Amino acid sequence: MSIETIIGGWVATGLTLFIFTFLYKDNPLFKLAENLYVGVSVGYTIIKTYDTVVVQLIWKPIVENGEWALLIPVAIGTLMLTRYVPKAAWISRYAFAFIVGVGSGLAIPRTISSFILKQIEDTVRPLLTLVPGEGVTFTWNLLNPASSLNTIIILVGVSSVLFYFFFSVEHTGPGKVVARIGIMFLMIAFGAAFGYTVMARMSLLIGRLTDLIEFTDPSYGRPSLWLAGLTILTLVVMARRSSSKQPKTEE
Amino acid sequence: MIFLRRQVPLLITLIAGLAMAAQYYVPHPASEQMLTSVTKWLQIIGGFALVLGVSSLFHVHAAKIRRKEAGWGYSFVLYVSMLGTIAVGLWSNGKEAVDGTMTAFGWFYNFMMVPLQGTMFAILAFFIASAAYRSFRARSREAAVLLIAAVIVMMGRVPLGEYLIPLSGDLSQWILNVLNASVRRAILIGVSLGTVALSIKIIFGMERSYLGGGKE
Repeated sequence: MSIETIIGGWVATGLTLFIFTFLYKDNPLFKLAENLYVGVSVGYTIIKTYDTVVVQLIWKPIVENGEWALLIPVAIGTLMLTRYVPKAAWISRYAFAFIVGVGSGLAIPRTISSFILKQIEDTVRPLLTLVPGEGVTFTWNLLNPASSLNTIIILVGVSSVLFYFFFSVEHTGPGKVVARIGIMFLMIAFGAAFGYTVMARMSLLIGRLTDLIEFTDPSYGRPSLWLAGLTILTLVVMARRSSSKQPKTEE
Repeated sequence: MIFLRRQVPLLITLIAGLAMAAQYYVPHPASEQMLTSVTKWLQIIGGFALVLGVSSLFHVHAAKIRRKEAGWGYSFVLYVSMLGTIAVGLWSNGKEAVDGTMTAFGWFYNFMMVPLQGTMFAILAFFIASAAYRSFRARSREAAVLLIAAVIVMMGRVPLGEYLIPLSGDLSQWILNVLNASVRRAILIGVSLGTVALSIKIIFGMERSYLGGGKE
């Protein structure tokens, strides 16, 4: 095993344990890892943006292919930086106006097509299907999202939830019943989203614990064991120091 | 001057918005080419927006270090780690691996960023569980429905849950694919209608908050 992998194992283990110390309480080890995380992430994003934008989208196309038109977005982007000059800050509005205008223009037809018409099309589907040899059938299979029964459930769900968020009509009488059904659908979806998120986090946790177990291997020098001990010792020392610093309260 | 400061940006938004909306309905190669170019332009301009954001972060932490405010050491750690990553990234030409061999930048990614990011999100599992324990009480019918749906989905996604409640796997799939999908669809339709309305307001100059305040 290469030396950089072994050092990497020690660093990864240490940082993982430092973050986990937050489960005990907020402490300097966690803050150190937290700020390190922000720093490395920002540095990584800067390099990736530099590589994608400056090198791949600006420098190479201009120098290698002579795409001089790309200097126009560079100029528009540079206008944004006028925000640092208070007297000329208003010029940055041109750049924002361009981005917002293009974004809005792109959004209108595509949102209508993909997120409104397509979703309505998928919601309002035929209830009965024509199967060759069997004639017209109504399918009851709940496990098939495209079954006739599920088509009705989806239609009821979409309509009732949309009605619940429609405040131009007072939710009384039959409207109250529809809104209540909408709330039930919403609650089930929120519960499902919560359960799904918890399990996704658990999956990440299992991943981290698997790594910690891997780093107990002698080929790495057992960093998990050594650093776990060291981290616990540091927390104990810090807790003792902070308790001895606290002024004694009068009885 | 007000024309240059206020009217020209609105005019730019109007022309850019109408042009890009119209592009969708013109199935001509030139129109497709325009879309490709403008998408590339947006990526380039977005890169400059990152400069604004990062410089703000630089400024906040530099001020903290200069004034030696409480916790300035952590700001120093942030600075060093950020500059270190940038230096290593430039040295590795922004590549994590070359010919299958991990670069120094790849080392930073694999042994620092991935463990930090993974652990940071993983500890949320504990806080979510703790928050759920404190707040998930079936006080009303709606809360009970939410609780039951959450438990079924959690049980249905692990082998132990399926072993304990054999139906939970199928039920979880049904909740996610049918009930949850219908709600997501309804919310998506509502949000999309709002997006279209906001976009129209922006293009026609009724919504101007993106221009910021300050002098006219």
